[in-house]
Amino acid sequence: MTMSELRYTEDHEWIRVEGDTATVGISAYAQEQMGDVVFVELPEPGRALAQGDEAAVVESVKAASEVYSPLTGEVSEANPALEETPGLVNEDPTGEGWLFKLKMAEPAEAEGLMDAEAYQTFLAGL
Amino acid sequence: MVASADIPGANPTDLKSLPLAALHREHGARFAPFAGYEMPLQYPEGVLKEHLHARRAAALFDVSHMGQVRLHGLGADALLEELVVGDIQGLKPFRQRYTLFTDAAGGILDDLMVSRLPDPDGSGEHLFLVVNAANREADVAHLTDHLSPRGIEVDVLDDHALLALQGPAAAAVLARLAGRDLAEIPFMGAARLTVAGVPVLASRCGYTGEDGFELSIRADLAEPVARALLAEPEVAPAGLGARDSLRLEAGLCLHGADIDPTTTPIEADLAWTISPRRRREGGFPGAATIRRQLAEGVTRQRVGIRPQGGAPARAGTAILDPSGREVGRVTSGGFGPSAERPVAMGYVPPEMAEPDRPLVLLVRDKPRPARVAALPFVPHRFFRGK
Repeated sequence: MTMSELRYTEDHEWIRVEGDTATVGISAYAQEQMGDVVFVELPEPGRALAQGDEAAVVESVKAASEVYSPLTGEVSEANPALEETPGLVNEDPTGEGWLFKLKMAEPAEAEGLMDAEAYQTFLAGL
Repeated sequence: MVASADIPGANPTDLKSLPLAALHREHGARFAPFAGYEMPLQYPEGVLKEHLHARRAAALFDVSHMGQVRLHGLGADALLEELVVGDIQGLKPFRQRYTLFTDAAGGILDDLMVSRLPDPDGSGEHLFLVVNAANREADVAHLTDHLSPRGIEVDVLDDHALLALQGPAAAAVLARLAGRDLAEIPFMGAARLTVAGVPVLASRCGYTGEDGFELSIRADLAEPVARALLAEPEVAPAGLGARDSLRLEAGLCLHGADIDPTTTPIEADLAWTISPRRRREGGFPGAATIRRQLAEGVTRQRVGIRPQGGAPARAGTAILDPSGREVGRVTSGGFGPSAERPVAMGYVPPEMAEPDRPLVLLVRDKPRPARVAALPFVPHRFFRGK
């Protein structure tokens, strides 16, 4: 997979769409801003999320940060590796450090998110 | 993503910068507002590694935001005792004590360090106070109101920086640069040293639970001292983030979080700061309440708390008893990098205060099991002499 397949929110979540499922995580920029991740609280499979709902919490030594759902849908899986190894969010934020998967209810919402290039432009303006 | 629990005391308006701000920027510091100052929150290594480095070698913190005050005048010690709970008259030269300003209700206005020091020219002596940045203006006004009319000069050292060198290698590093053995300076002792050609007042104390020194230096001379320390192989810079996680593991209070005017020294488990003479004589603000609490007990007290899972419980988290009744709140909480687990402090009723008592923490509305823990979470390694 290449970076260009990811789409981003202004809150620094990313999604990767495969079929009717979107994988969700936080961006390299977000993990770098947070520092060492020591705990991740993930949504239960089956939970219905609307776009913008609080979906997960990522905690560093110094702070807890909320992760909002980039899309509307139902949680199908939470990354089981993060319970033992929350640092995967730092080491591989757009790969092994994914947070949860969502069965999309409104696939068109994904089109409204930034592609990698637009996100880089957005970051440059911060 | 939005950070919802950041370092307490942050206030983004009218920020002052530290005298060594350029040096911190050079080391890649990320800054955050704290107590009116733009403070280095962390360096590129990050809070976790900075914390572990302080426990393993030595970390250099710039805490120049803290208030440094000298009290000059005959009988300053006895007069200061009218404002604080500690034994100041019994303080020997070049010795330091941790004490508390209290109010008439026995609440804690601030915590502070007090040293008795001979004047540099040998003509007399003075008391040297270090107070919290967030309370500095109020503390200075409090001291001035009370002491100035009685002939004590309150001299605020706005032109002084304060560096903290903390960790098991701190003494070896400072001894190397000062060109003298520091073994004769005990924990809570002080000495005048020359470091990088600059006169420095070194106090063997800190806020991490490790051996270390706080160095009071004229601000315009502080940079060569900081550079010389950072050039030593054991020393790495550390920011406010690591300072907070280190002091939490050490079970040390943060004023404005764990202690404040609504908590008394007895509730805060700081009765040890009140000497037998002061308990007997009283004579400090709130003495009636504090002596009654010493005799009869309190309705809540500060304890250590170990969340049982991986979720940190931040300040403000509700503490429930096993039946689900709210009994108190977490006052400081986070992840302890050396404890390798979440750690917290908070207030519970005394009947629930013994170690291992089960508690429930309501973290983001989800009940999570926890236990009362003995403090500190990481053993203190203060220098107690060779």
